[in-house]
Amino acid sequence: MKRLKFSAVAAIVAIFLCAGLATAGTLADVKAKGFISVGVNEGLFGFSKPDEKGVWKGLDVDTARAISVAVFGSPDKIKFVPLTAKTRFTALQSGEIDVLTRNATQTLTRESSLGLNFAHVNYYDGQGFLVPKKLGVKSAKELDGATVCVLPGTTTELNAADFFRANKMTMKPVVIESTPELAKAFFAGRCDSLTSDASQLAGTRAVAPNPDDYVILPEIISREPLAPAVRHGDDQWYDIVNFATMAMIEAEYLGVSSKNVDEMLKSGDPQIQRFLGVNPGNGEALGLDEKWAYNIVKMVGNYGEVFERNVGVNTPLKLERGLNALWTKGGIMYTPPFK
Amino acid sequence: MPQDDTSHTGSVTPSKAPFWYDPKVRAVLFQIGVLSMVGLLGYYLITNTLANLERQDIATGFGFLEKQSSFEIGESLISYSAADTYFKALLVGALNTLLVSFIGITLTIILGTFIGIARLSTNWLLSKMAGIYIEVFQDIPILLQLFFWYAFFYVSLPQPKQALELFKGVFLCNRGLIFGIPAANPAYKYIAVAFLVGCLVVYLMRRWARKHQDETGRIFPVFKVAVGILIGLPMMTWWAAVAPTAMNMPVLRGFNFQGGLTVSPEFTAVLLGLVLYTAAFVAEVVRAGIQSVSKGQTEAAASIGLRPGQILNLVILPQALRVIIPPLTSQMLNLTKNSSLAVAIGYPEFVSVAGTTINQTGQAIEGVALIMTIYLIFSLSTSAFMNWYNKKIKLVER
Repeated sequence: MKRLKFSAVAAIVAIFLCAGLATAGTLADVKAKGFISVGVNEGLFGFSKPDEKGVWKGLDVDTARAISVAVFGSPDKIKFVPLTAKTRFTALQSGEIDVLTRNATQTLTRESSLGLNFAHVNYYDGQGFLVPKKLGVKSAKELDGATVCVLPGTTTELNAADFFRANKMTMKPVVIESTPELAKAFFAGRCDSLTSDASQLAGTRAVAPNPDDYVILPEIISREPLAPAVRHGDDQWYDIVNFATMAMIEAEYLGVSSKNVDEMLKSGDPQIQRFLGVNPGNGEALGLDEKWAYNIVKMVGNYGEVFERNVGVNTPLKLERGLNALWTKGGIMYTPPFK
Repeated sequence: MPQDDTSHTGSVTPSKAPFWYDPKVRAVLFQIGVLSMVGLLGYYLITNTLANLERQDIATGFGFLEKQSSFEIGESLISYSAADTYFKALLVGALNTLLVSFIGITLTIILGTFIGIARLSTNWLLSKMAGIYIEVFQDIPILLQLFFWYAFFYVSLPQPKQALELFKGVFLCNRGLIFGIPAANPAYKYIAVAFLVGCLVVYLMRRWARKHQDETGRIFPVFKVAVGILIGLPMMTWWAAVAPTAMNMPVLRGFNFQGGLTVSPEFTAVLLGLVLYTAAFVAEVVRAGIQSVSKGQTEAAASIGLRPGQILNLVILPQALRVIIPPLTSQMLNLTKNSSLAVAIGYPEFVSVAGTTINQTGQAIEGVALIMTIYLIFSLSTSAFMNWYNKKIKLVER
């Protein structure tokens, strides 16, 4: 009996000591698991929201699918983990998720003291205010003393406080952690204004009971470059996430779309040949299959297609490309050469 | 010649046994072994965590408490703005938790006692209603109750522009209950001091009245005199300070009411949800306590001529409270900890503010350690106070 107790204790100590051994990189972990754990928004129309059949749709979801295609060759090897604004970074830091595509803004603090690396921006956004038309407010500078609904733990909360302070106005915040609950409180009239990224406001308004009664005020008070994020310390995984995101933009620049990608395989343009893997080298450098970019364009689409499908002018969000157009078309989407 | 000679006073020493045969020595060795294992485990956990944080470049330490917080908080007992430090923000959160817990515990005890006694009433309707209340509110999860009350307030109450004016200067709208309070005036400090002095006088008078009863057998009307003193002293101070009557009234300006005191729907929803939920449990505890005192006690007390109020105070309660107070302490601690659920409906209590701090600074471990420490302090203080009270009113048996 004594020997049993002793060996049990020794075994437990041994297990604890073994647990501290170094872990392999994220790419190897993900391949061993067979899927990528992706952190997404619990329900933001246009960015990440499950549809009636439970299939996740959205701009951030398509970015995650591009990463899955790059690693596995299939857009469905993903486990979606819905996260609130408060828990999203802790989940990434602790290893619960491998990549975060949850409309997170790239900031200095998040890059440094939170230990995160942001990939290329997948949506350039800015913060705005949504107000009911019946308040008769035409500009954000008229909101002195207003009650403002805002999500806690976001750059939105900080920017709104800064904006009101800079313009010598006061505001009363109502902070509710869950995005759908916050929208409900705003539409019930608990607050005078809802503040968030302009794309989120468009998405929230699109599913409102009466969308035409609400207007987004013209002032855009901040820069919100939304990008996927990974942890510090894993450069290979960062490169994969970064280039998978940029591949969609590069495809649009090169004129390759999901409809013509098969003909483009026969193209004589050396840039397209390198991009699609006809001229091999890129895949091996990243640790992926040579057809990774071809698969992304074929199974997910190029950036223009993804944008129009999820948040474009034909969707309820009705967002123009604006800053998110290619640099050759008046926007600022610009990628380094894929060679 | 007898073998065991009693003149041999020393012990019989056989061949020397190894020291670990001695149970006492073994016990000490095991203790040392377990303690060092626990110490090693703790050391391993801490160094491993620090190494991992270092490797991922996540900031550590409590230096963030001195940085500017840059976020606003909806309601606070002290003045706070986004230019203040994280430390002040956390302090605001802790004060909000204390406020809702303190008021919640007081109201819960009152409501719970009332419902517990109603449950034991001989009036069939009253006891059935109390029974239904207890069953319903015990069984619905508290988070759902909080959501319900919050939605109830912001759905049913009107916008500020159409606020209901209940009395002059008292408005009810979906931003809360707003009413006028006396305008700040130095006289109120003196009135508060007068009230505290009154409490002290009442306490001393009670002690004197007990002694007086022991000596002469006459009962002094302590309660009536106490009420008189507690109301009279502050009133006299108010009158002596030239009776200031200026009020800080709320006025609808722009989007919201300015001035006066606002009781927000978040605070009310949290308070209502917590009080109704916990009171159902307290009612059962009180019922258990009262039922634990045998009926013979009431009958005996009545037979020696005590009035019903005296029977309750002098005979029933001291015995019932022995049974009531330990579970009541647990319910009070539950209420304090359940107040952390207010983060779901937007009341800025400690967990909500600490969660925002964690998110903005990325320091989850320090943040959660702070949350644990604060709740530990609240809970231990409450338990210590209740245990002291329990000892004080204990029946001293021979």
